[in-house]
Amino acid sequence: MAKAECTPKWNTLALRNRKTCPTPEKSFQTTFTPVSKDKNSQTAGLLAGGDTQSSNGPSGQFVARGSIESPSKVLLMLVAGLSFSTRLYKLTEPPHVCWDETHFGKMGSYYINRTFFFDVHPPLGKMLIGLAGYMSGYNGTFPFIKPGDKYENQNYWGMRGFCAVLGSFLPIFAYLIVLELSNSCTAAIIAATLLIFDTGCITISQYILLDPILMFFIMAAVLSMVKFNQQRYRSFTASWWFWLVLTGINLAGALGVKFVGLFVIVLVGLNTIGDLWRLLGDMSLSLVDIAKHFLARAFALILLPLILYVTIFAVHFVVLNKSGPGDGFFSSAFQSRLIGNNLHNASMPEYLAFGSTVTIKNLRIAGGYLHSHWHLYPEGVGARQQQVTAYLHKDYNNLWVVHRQQDNNSQSGNPDLVRHGDIVRLEHKETTRNLHSHLHEAPLTKKHFQVTGYGINGTGDANDLWQMEVCGGRKGDPVKVLRSKVRFLHRATGCVLYSSGKTLPKWGWEQIEVTCSPYLKETPSSQWNIEDHINPKLPNISLSVLKPNFLEILLESHIVMFRGNSGLKPKDNEMNSKPWHWPINYQGLRFSGVNATEYRVYLLGNPVVWWINLASLGLYFTMVAVASIATQRGFSLGQQRIEHSLVLVRGGGLLMLGWLLHYAPFFTMGRILYFHHYFPAMLFSSMLTGLTLDILFRSADLLLHPPYSYWFQRTGQLLLLFSILYSFYLFHPLSYGMTGPLAHEPGSAMAGLKWMDSWEF
Amino acid sequence: QLGEMLQLPLVVTAQVDLLLVLVSLLAFWTRLSHLSYPNAVVFDEVYYGQFVSLYMKRVFFIDDSGPPLGHMILAFGAYLGGFDGNFVWNRIGAEYPTTVNVWSLRLLPALCGALCVPLVYLLTLELKFSHLSALGAAVLLLLENSLIVQSRFMLLESVLIFFVLLAFFSYLRFHNAPSSSWSRYIWLILSGVSCGAVVGVKYMGLFSYLLLLVVASLHTWKLIGDKTISHRNVCVQCVHRVLCLVVVPVLLYVFWFYVHLSFLNRSGPHDQLMSSAFQASLQGGLSRITRGQPLEVAYGSQVTLRSSVSQPIPCWLHSHKVNYPIRYDNGRGSSHQQQVTCYPFKDVNNWWIIKDPGRQQLVVDTPPRPVRHGDVIQLVHGMTSRFLNSHDVAAPMSPHTQEVSGYIDFNVSMPAQNLWRVDISNREAESEVWKTILSEVRLVHVNTSAVLKLSGVPLPDWGFRQLEVVADKLFKAHSSSLEWTVEEHRYGTSQEQKEREAELHSPTHIDVDRKISFWAKFVELQWKMLTVKQEESEHKYSSSPLEWITMETNIAYWLHSSTNAQIHLIGNPVSWGVGNLSLLAYQLLAVVYLLRRRRGLKDVPDGVWDQFVCLGCVCVGGWLVNFVPFLLMDKTLFLYHYLPALCYLYLLSPALLEHAHTHLLRYAHQLQHSLTHQRALCVGALAVLLSIFLTYRTFCPLTYGSPELSAHQLQGLKWRDTWDILYRRR
Repeated sequence: MAKAECTPKWNTLALRNRKTCPTPEKSFQTTFTPVSKDKNSQTAGLLAGGDTQSSNGPSGQFVARGSIESPSKVLLMLVAGLSFSTRLYKLTEPPHVCWDETHFGKMGSYYINRTFFFDVHPPLGKMLIGLAGYMSGYNGTFPFIKPGDKYENQNYWGMRGFCAVLGSFLPIFAYLIVLELSNSCTAAIIAATLLIFDTGCITISQYILLDPILMFFIMAAVLSMVKFNQQRYRSFTASWWFWLVLTGINLAGALGVKFVGLFVIVLVGLNTIGDLWRLLGDMSLSLVDIAKHFLARAFALILLPLILYVTIFAVHFVVLNKSGPGDGFFSSAFQSRLIGNNLHNASMPEYLAFGSTVTIKNLRIAGGYLHSHWHLYPEGVGARQQQVTAYLHKDYNNLWVVHRQQDNNSQSGNPDLVRHGDIVRLEHKETTRNLHSHLHEAPLTKKHFQVTGYGINGTGDANDLWQMEVCGGRKGDPVKVLRSKVRFLHRATGCVLYSSGKTLPKWGWEQIEVTCSPYLKETPSSQWNIEDHINPKLPNISLSVLKPNFLEILLESHIVMFRGNSGLKPKDNEMNSKPWHWPINYQGLRFSGVNATEYRVYLLGNPVVWWINLASLGLYFTMVAVASIATQRGFSLGQQRIEHSLVLVRGGGLLMLGWLLHYAPFFTMGRILYFHHYFPAMLFSSMLTGLTLDILFRSADLLLHPPYSYWFQRTGQLLLLFSILYSFYLFHPLSYGMTGPLAHEPGSAMAGLKWMDSWEF
Repeated sequence: QLGEMLQLPLVVTAQVDLLLVLVSLLAFWTRLSHLSYPNAVVFDEVYYGQFVSLYMKRVFFIDDSGPPLGHMILAFGAYLGGFDGNFVWNRIGAEYPTTVNVWSLRLLPALCGALCVPLVYLLTLELKFSHLSALGAAVLLLLENSLIVQSRFMLLESVLIFFVLLAFFSYLRFHNAPSSSWSRYIWLILSGVSCGAVVGVKYMGLFSYLLLLVVASLHTWKLIGDKTISHRNVCVQCVHRVLCLVVVPVLLYVFWFYVHLSFLNRSGPHDQLMSSAFQASLQGGLSRITRGQPLEVAYGSQVTLRSSVSQPIPCWLHSHKVNYPIRYDNGRGSSHQQQVTCYPFKDVNNWWIIKDPGRQQLVVDTPPRPVRHGDVIQLVHGMTSRFLNSHDVAAPMSPHTQEVSGYIDFNVSMPAQNLWRVDISNREAESEVWKTILSEVRLVHVNTSAVLKLSGVPLPDWGFRQLEVVADKLFKAHSSSLEWTVEEHRYGTSQEQKEREAELHSPTHIDVDRKISFWAKFVELQWKMLTVKQEESEHKYSSSPLEWITMETNIAYWLHSSTNAQIHLIGNPVSWGVGNLSLLAYQLLAVVYLLRRRRGLKDVPDGVWDQFVCLGCVCVGGWLVNFVPFLLMDKTLFLYHYLPALCYLYLLSPALLEHAHTHLLRYAHQLQHSLTHQRALCVGALAVLLSIFLTYRTFCPLTYGSPELSAHQLQGLKWRDTWDILYRRR
């Protein structure tokens, strides 16, 4: 069926502006595919009718209908060319680590080195970065310690280039999506222009980050979904299947990079539900047909992405098989699969005994080891005794010795096993203090009691005694290493040893608080397991039985990721970004450099583009409200107006939904938020702007008579183009780097451009 | 003529719905009998009570748990009973003295709770279901133990539920009334007023209000589509609805705050959270100190500078005769000049003198020369005469910012950089004068253009744990940690250091009070209420929303000080189950109906379908908006938060049963079993009602706190392992 008919007037005009002006020489005969079999499809006809009937203004410039697709292709090439050139320009500048490159570059290196690490995002993005680095000759040796480190001779361009190339596809995809939704080249070109000349989109595409990869998959998923929607009258043909499967693949990609990909999955899901609802109402289809449709979608949009997503994780676990910095976040069983970890192929005594040296790990995922060190609680925080914390990393200070209530001397012969209900005393191996608790309030969780290290060389008091209980065990059960969940009940106060998961302030080295909780609910926070177990007097057994299967690993890594995500709380002194800041471009992010002497890159949207987007959101709502009230009241509208309102409601509705889904959820999130989280939503907002403004310009004839309305339309389009280009000219140093004095000082290149006090350049 | 008139009988025709009267009476009986037992503080009364006392004493407070209407209603009850506010609410279970009229404290919530029952009855009728269904809904509510418990004490849930039901009832009354009658607008206004009350009692009410707006806009949308009505008429009707359902609630919401603020005009424990201007508007407290101060800050003024941030605690710019340590613990060096900190207590060392850099004198000229926006000043510490100074030395705790010190010349080629530019951030004109209390000022360091900032990090022992003050180069326009206000202020008169010290020790003078507008106070208070963060506290009886559906938890409200008599928040398990079942059944039925209608199979006529949809919008929608938001909240949550959602389920159950009885079983009719099925349904419903009544009876001792049960009996009431019922060892 016919799509993509442009108003030829605008095309030539737009092209002239760009000084490329290709006259459509080859007026090749586009083979219009016949408009489906059933003639009932009125909507298709309406949509397809497009602009050919919208002959407002002098009609001298009409181009032959057959050649209509050609300018849209030329425009596409133009968009692609501009997009790639803006993204790849000055790609290697600055030649040092910028902002989060320190994380994602490092993780790329981990893949090259096959070292296990922990990150809150799923692995696909970092795997691709690693792959790009590997292909471009980066050897994974650069440490990426902190932003500002010079790359020297490392091949970092490959990783940046990969991200930039993916980022360059965004305007192209936006162009195609809007073209598909509105059948108007003007709308498409407005959307693409907004994105091409947005400094924010350029900056975020140019560095080793997950965002360009994520946005690539999001946009690709939306594009293939829209294309698939167009195929609705050719069910089960090859192209139908192609776009359907492609949608599924892109969904898996988006989710595989960041969990933000869930939002686009919801978008596609809602669209699919709507689609199925439409099919269900189509009485010409039998129930069997509908079931087929349903199954095809369930396969391609649920099953296939799931399989791909799991595959990504499988590759992740297969590639990363060496012990690394992420071990401590995972359970003991998980660690036993990592080469180089002390639990890998390890053997240790099976049952805990008195006199053993052990490490004790909290069962909360990412819970940490029971830890103590030669530092006291500061004054004013409970009693001034030695700190006891939970620590995520492996350390000599995590070792504790299990003693009987009284005797301290080691006996000869086989030591007695520790059993459920036994009273134990835990002595910290390094400092010889006993694990102790008393009726002082804990440092952070005020309703719990403080846990300290007390006494010396094993002599303490009655508050050092803990009753050891195996969860679900009975009296006399032995304590199995790694497998038993145990609780430590404090004898004197009856409370239970508990890890609250809250991070202590600086005096506690930002380790995790350990308390004694008077609430005896069984939660993982109050359960522990014995991880390392050293006792030369007991026979060792191999621990390979513990190795978890793939599904367990998958589940655990997801729980750890979600915990990690929600654990990223804003710190007290840090200024954190609020979601309402984002659409108004309130404050950016420093990618590189702070001072006047440094090379500075500042992630900030082109304010003109962003404010146009913001205004368009309001405009969109107004236009939809007016259009739908007019329809509901039964005013007779012209054919063209009805088409416009259909595009607004359907196409615009889809984009608006996308914007909402990628923006609104951030208001409910408790984790720390950054400005760059808005970019996926910004893509939708820009596409919506293209569609809205185009229809606004075309509706000029509501107020003005033909020649004037035509002039108005042209002037509006020109003005828009000019303001975007000029603002890009003004703000381009934000992306391509600034040096010299800051903007509020005289003599700066950016002088006078600090339109908001909150911008920091 | 008179004779003829006399021949006419004088007739009053009254229709009384006896069922309605009956359930109302029962509701009053269950909610109001023995209201003053137990004569002790029960559960959250300890929380609301303190605010009631503060109302009685007209002392200002700030409570982030909800808008003030709820507290005001409770306080009104206390006022009726002659409560004088002299009772310390410090412990659950504390006995009320005889001077406290417990009955009146608890009366209003109990009345609201009792009125919910007839309201549910009427609401079901407005949803166009039969009297029998209405009776069913009323009985479910009547015999719900948790609602009874929650109504009988000084708590706010029953008030919230009452207003929510009233809002829906009156809106539907309006909607169902014939469009010709004018009296229906009374119902619309009543609905708007209840909406205002709903939002005014608890923020959670906002969601119910939004639901009502959605229902109303759906109805209005239909109205717009009705082509038989003239355009003008449609416009007028829309405007009416907007006025009554949007404007009235918003105005009312503001009005609650107006009453709140005009009542509470004395300073109290929460003053410190508010801005200086706000505090000065309260009697006592800051206004006592600042009354009569000169308004305009002039060269030679003696001032204390309060940071605009009240987190973690309010504090004043401070200095003292101790220097920064030469080396910090981590090895970094300092300037070793005099410490400048922020100190959370009033102290003579908080006084600073504003000096003109071009002149030596530290007294105010006659007439005083005011300091304006953009002027460059020096700040001299009153007691030590050191100049406020900053330089390119890393601050002690926040090394990315500049140190601020009282300048000491150690002759180490570190010149004084003690010029500060006054930048009034809330100015209205460019040359605005720096005003006491009202102006929020940034002090911009002239040499480095860094801004004086409270970093809020406590210093270690060498800084006496006072808060660190730094100068930060990076402009962030919004951060209130950059703003300082002059709080105490007087014109300095003594040039000599000794005299000046004496002057600083003497209290400031007295005079007129300063007013800020109601709107400024409202905005500030509202903002503070929404942003004040409370320490996330764990509670023994706190629970997660998913546990509410199956009632995994209970809350012990009160335990007699010597016996086993106790009150628990435990719902009626049978009704609870009925509610859950009907929720599930409705959703299933709705899905089946929808799918079948889409395929052109209309199981029920359109009128019935509309009724069914409306039922779902109100009941299932109501349940959703009152339940789902809790899943996303970080707060400490309790079982009683579920009660509003529960009421919607009780509204749904009988209506759904009626729907099944009259429409679903019609199909069975063709199978010649309809009568048996319908009878079975009736018998089943009766059996369920009976068991609801029996469980209600069973749990009565835990609901009313009497009679006392033996440990064995209590054990028998522990229907779920997770319930926490208390036993006293004898």
